[in-house]
Amino acid sequence: MEYIGLITGFILVILGIWGFLTQKNILKMIIGFTISDTGINVIIVSISYLKNRTAPILNRPDLLTDTVNKITDPVPQALVLTAIVIGVGVTALMLSYALRLYQEKNTLDINNFKDLKW
Amino acid sequence: MYKKLLVFATIFILAGIFLKLYQNFDGSKTLNKTASYYAKNGASEVGSTNIVTAIVVTYRGFDTLGEVTILFVAAAIIGFFLKTNAKGTNRIRNLRFSSEIMITASKILMPIMFLIGAYVFVNGHLSPGGGFQGGAIIASGVAFFLLANPTLSVNHKVLSVLESTSGLIFVLLGIAGLIYGGGFLDNRVLPLGKFGTLFSAGIIPLVYSFIGLKVGAELSNIISSLQQIQKEE
Repeated sequence: MEYIGLITGFILVILGIWGFLTQKNILKMIIGFTISDTGINVIIVSISYLKNRTAPILNRPDLLTDTVNKITDPVPQALVLTAIVIGVGVTALMLSYALRLYQEKNTLDINNFKDLKW
Repeated sequence: MYKKLLVFATIFILAGIFLKLYQNFDGSKTLNKTASYYAKNGASEVGSTNIVTAIVVTYRGFDTLGEVTILFVAAAIIGFFLKTNAKGTNRIRNLRFSSEIMITASKILMPIMFLIGAYVFVNGHLSPGGGFQGGAIIASGVAFFLLANPTLSVNHKVLSVLESTSGLIFVLLGIAGLIYGGGFLDNRVLPLGKFGTLFSAGIIPLVYSFIGLKVGAELSNIISSLQQIQKEE
C-alpha cells in the first residue's frame, strides 16, 4: 500500500497501451493515448514522493526552518506541470486530425485508412 | 489472431518490466542536490510560498516560455488545419437547442468560473494554482458557454489580440529581468515584498497572470475552432 500511486500509474499506462493497440475507432485510440499519458504523469509524481513529508508549499511558519527535511521533491512536480500542458496540446491536435479524417471518409474505423499501408 | 498475440505479448512484457521496477523500487530518503538548493533558497531568493511556482516561473522560466510556445504552435496548427473552406459552407447542420437548465446555468456560472480562474492565476505564488491551471479553468468556462449556445461563436480576433499581447508582455518582463535583475526572467525587478502576501515574489504574480490569460485565450481558440468546424456539413 505504500506506493499505491506508482501501482496506479503502471496500471494506467498498461491500460492505455492496450487501448490504442486493440481499439479500431480512432477516438477510442486517442482516449487510450491520453490514459497512458496520465499514467506516466502519475508515475513521475509518485517517484518524487518522500515518506512523511508535505507538499512544497511553505504556508506554515514551521516549514520555513529546516525546509530540506520537511518537503517533497518539487522538481518532478514542475516537470509534470509542463507535461500536462503539452499533453493537452497534443490531444487537441489528435482530435482535430480525427475530425478531418472523418470528413474525408465519413468513418472513424482505422481499417478503412489504408493510404499509408504497404 | 497473429496480431492479437503480438499485442498480448507486448503488454505482457511491459507488465513484467513494470513489476520488476516496482519490486526493486526503493524511494529516496532525502532530496537530491538540486531540489535541496531550491528548498533551502527558494523562499529567500524568490520569495514565493509555492516552491513549484518558484521553479516553473523563475528558476526554469525559460522552460515555461518554451512550453507556452508549444501550446501556441498547437493552437496555430489547429486553427490552420480546421480552417473552414469558403465554398460549401451553406450546408449548416441543424443543431439541437440546449435545454433551459443548461442556458440558465451557463449565465450564472460563467462569470463565477472566470472569477475562479483569475483567482487561481493571481494566487499562483501562494497556493497550489498558477497560470496554466487558471487558464484551463477560464477555457472550461468558454467551453461551457459554447455548449449552452451552440449557434454562437467566439470572436477569434479578440482572442488572438489578447493572446499575442500577453505573450509579448511575458517576454518583455523577461527582458526587464535581464536589465534590472540578475538574468532573463529574474523576478527581482520589483521588490520581493512581505513573504506570503499577494504583492510579493517580485514579478511572479504579473508573469503568471499573463501566462494565465495567454493559456486561457489559446485553449478557448482551440475549443472554438473545434466548434466552428461542426457547423458546416
